[in-house]
Parts: sequence; structure tokens; C-alpha cells
Amino acid sequence: MVDTRVSLCGVALDNPVIAASGTFGFGQDFAPLYDLNELGSFSFKGTTWLPREGNPTPRIAECPEGLLNAIGLQNPGVHKVIAEELPRIRQVFRKPVMANVSGFSVTDYVKVCELLDAQEQVGWLEINISCPNVHGGGMAFGTDPKMAAQVTRAIRAVTKKPLIIKLSPNVTDITEIARACEGEGADGLSLINTLLGLRLNLKTRKPLLPFVTGGLSGPAVFPVALRMVWQVYKAVKVPLVGIGGISSAEDVIEMMLAGAAAVQVGSANLINPWACPQIIRALPDAMARYGISRLSDITGGAH
Amino acid sequence: MKQGLMTITENTPIARGTFRLRLAGDASAFTQPGQFLNLSLPGFYLRRPFSACDWDGDSVLIIYKVLGQGTDAMTALAPGTRLDTLSGLGRGFRKDRAGQAPLLIGGGVGVPPLYRLARELRGAGLPVRAALGFNTAEEAFLVAEFEALGVEVEIATMDGSLGVLGTALDACQFDRASYFYACGPTAMLRALCERTGLPGEMSLEERMGCGFGACMGCTVNTVTGPQRVCKEGPVFPREVLAW
Repeated sequence: MVDTRVSLCGVALDNPVIAASGTFGFGQDFAPLYDLNELGSFSFKGTTWLPREGNPTPRIAECPEGLLNAIGLQNPGVHKVIAEELPRIRQVFRKPVMANVSGFSVTDYVKVCELLDAQEQVGWLEINISCPNVHGGGMAFGTDPKMAAQVTRAIRAVTKKPLIIKLSPNVTDITEIARACEGEGADGLSLINTLLGLRLNLKTRKPLLPFVTGGLSGPAVFPVALRMVWQVYKAVKVPLVGIGGISSAEDVIEMMLAGAAAVQVGSANLINPWACPQIIRALPDAMARYGISRLSDITGGAH
Repeated sequence: MKQGLMTITENTPIARGTFRLRLAGDASAFTQPGQFLNLSLPGFYLRRPFSACDWDGDSVLIIYKVLGQGTDAMTALAPGTRLDTLSGLGRGFRKDRAGQAPLLIGGGVGVPPLYRLARELRGAGLPVRAALGFNTAEEAFLVAEFEALGVEVEIATMDGSLGVLGTALDACQFDRASYFYACGPTAMLRALCERTGLPGEMSLEERMGCGFGACMGCTVNTVTGPQRVCKEGPVFPREVLAW
């Protein structure tokens, strides 16, 4: 009998699989398909202070083993999330949920986090300082160590919940940003957000996406994510959530060996709505195959 | 929504660049004309959405046009190939709004979902007229099938090689209609709303990530805010769209 339980910033998870923000909405599109309580948890759609309609369409472009997206943080705003989405989540999910937060100024982040901090259902705040698909914010906070530190410090002052900062891979040295966040009191780091990419339409000779660039995700980015988790694991002491192209139980194990305490599954949900429960159900056999009895033992095991 | 493996039983050209693909398998998730399926193709990461042209208990028919690498690769798929399919997706046409003289308006590959709608409206005993538009005579398809249902069909082609010259809109007699059901290029649908005040609804096309509401890739602006083409649509009443 293998043990899939792990702990993330002091919160127990039945298994390390968390559905990634932006691929899972607020859970309602998946709740009719399977019992969401099979998940370790899920990170809900990136939430901002004000509602956002997002970018013009098309917002999606296919790539080999992945996709570009430029959704642009479409979400109903934090007030509606608290008033409408959290009660609906409670109907289908009894575990702590991860609240994904985005913003365009430090004040934005702080205001949203203050409100979500008061929500008992929220187990972790995951701060997106790495969205490549909005102008004038998002990724700017995640590519400058000083700004990453400033956001982390400001949010730390208003929440006692586990604080996870979601890092951008679109930097020269991700360990520098990681250390800056850890230094200001982040309880954990999740990585990676999408890689900035581009596709062109050969007929029009113009970008496929009206936003021009998009964030690359899917199996194509798995080796990049794995490398960055490996590097950050060596640079900080806080637990890591490994994200990027994970599509199988073997990917989960590989990501944990590189240094992740838990993982997020993103794009796989979009092409296979049952990806998360299938990965979770496959974990015990995969663990047995590789001689793993307690999954929590293998974090960083490759170092 | 149902997921399952469906087996290709037919994949044949029916007009220039246009193919009929029949898939055998559980089609019970389809409940409304205008719904779509999302096919996983060998070698491509994202699924491809196609509206259902017709279905019965154990098969579904789609008609696709070669428009990119995915549909180009589809033409090479042989009968017997099994495809992972999400079926019964989206919100289809609202048949109860048809009134006494529904008008179906289809442009190009917007025509197929109207076939099942026509069949059901005819089944309910309604007189149905259809205005179908194609680029040219060589690209016209399904015309005989609509006529076999007892639908009064008007054709338009962009080069005048078949029917009237122009788009499907130029083949429409709005003053004789109680309600319209339309599917086609966005430009045609927008022009339709400008040309007539007739009540109606439209099936929209948008590039999709997932096809079941998770990714927010296929949003359209409506009078009540952004909605998902794949989930709240693809069919939207005209008064809902913020055009």
C-alpha cells in the first residue's frame, strides 16, 4: 500500500495533484465529470480586483505538443468570486482551494488578498506575478526581483494564509526572483507560468493572436519547467509547486524528484477533461513501479 | 458531454475541399441540432471542433472543409481509424422559437448544422426554407439532401456559378420568414443582423482551446457580459450578442 499524501505549506493534501489556474475555471465545468474531491486541490481562475473581459479573440494558437494562450485574465472580479463562485465551489469541493490572484499594482494585489484572506475555504493564496498576457502589470512584477519582493512583502502584511508566489520563466535567472520572494516571507513558490511565445499566420503574414504574443504551455514546456524547479530547489528552502506540461503519473514523479512538493496539471485538462483523476489513479501503480512507498519522501530526490 | 473512441466509417470528398466524415460510436450525448464534437487528431495537441451535421443512435456525421494543417491531415484518415471524441458539446438551436415559417441561412461550412435542424423542424411539420451560400458551384454541398427533406432551398454563390450572385443573405426572403437560424462566417452573421430586424439566432465560430468551458479561449461579448462560445453557445439569440 503506497502513500500519496503530501503537505504543502503545512496544509495536508491527499495527493500532490492540483489543477492549475486558468485551465479549470472555478471547478464548475469539471464537477459534473468527476468528484472534484479526488484532487489534491485546484487553483481557481486568476482573480483581479475589478472584473475583466480579457483579450480579443482568437486567444488560442496551437503549437507542437502545446498551445499558446492570450486569454488576458478574464474573470468576474474578486467580489463576485467571493459572493458567487466560492459558495458554488463549496457545493462540490470540501477541501481547501487555492486562490489565484493577479493585479496591476501592489495595491490591487493587497486589496484582493485582504478579501480572500477572510475566506475560510481558501487554503493558499497563489500570487500570479507572471501573467504574460496583460499589459501594464502581471509579468512586470515577476521579472524584477525588487518588484517581486515588494509585492510579496505587501501581501505578507495582510495575510496569515500560506502565501505562494507563482513565478515567471521569462527571466534570465529565476533563482534570483525566487530568493527575493522567499526573503520577504513567501511560504512557497509555484513554477512555471507560461513561456512567452509567438505564432504567425502564413496567409496574412501577421501574428495569429491579436494580442501578438501568447503564453506557451503543454508537454512542450515540461523539460524547461523541470530544469527551473531543479534550480530553484537548490536556491530556496520553501516548498515548490511544479507546473509545466505534466500529463502523467510519471511526470508527477519526475517533477517531485526535481524538487516539487506538489504539482499542478494545466493544459492536460483542456485536451482531456479527466486528466487529473486519471493521473491520480495512476499514481499508486507508478509509485510501486519505481519503488516509492511514500510520495512525500521523493521531493528533491534527484539532487 | 461524453468522451469515447469513435471509428471512422466514411471519409469522402463531397465538394471541392469539402469532406463528409462519418464516425461510428455512442452519439447519445447529442440532444440539440447545433451541438458540436471535439476530435483528437493523431499528431495534433489540441482537439478540433466540428458541428454535427446529423446523428443517429450509433453514429454521427460531420462535414469539414480543409482550412489548415489539422483538416488537411484529416483527409488522410482511413476508415477504421479510431478517434478520441468529446461529443454532445455546447448549446444548440432553440427549435421552440421557430414560429410558422423558419428561415435557415448557411454560409459554406456553416451549412452542416442546419441540416439536422431542418430535419427536426420538418419532422415537427413546419414549412422550412433555406438560403445556402457557397463560394462557387464546385463547393456547393448538401443541397439535394435539404431538398429531399422538403426544404425550399435558395442558393447563392460568390461567382454566380450557381443560384443568385452573392452571399447566402442575397438568397434570403426575410419578409416571408417568422424567425431565422444562421451559421456561417462572422462577417456574414454581422451583415445579417444589419440587413434585417427579423428575430433569430446564430451559431458562432471561434478558435477553441478545450471546447467545454474551461479555458475561456472562445469568449464572445454579450449584453450580459462575456460568454463562452463552446459552453453558453455556439448558438446565441441575436438579441444576446453585443454586436
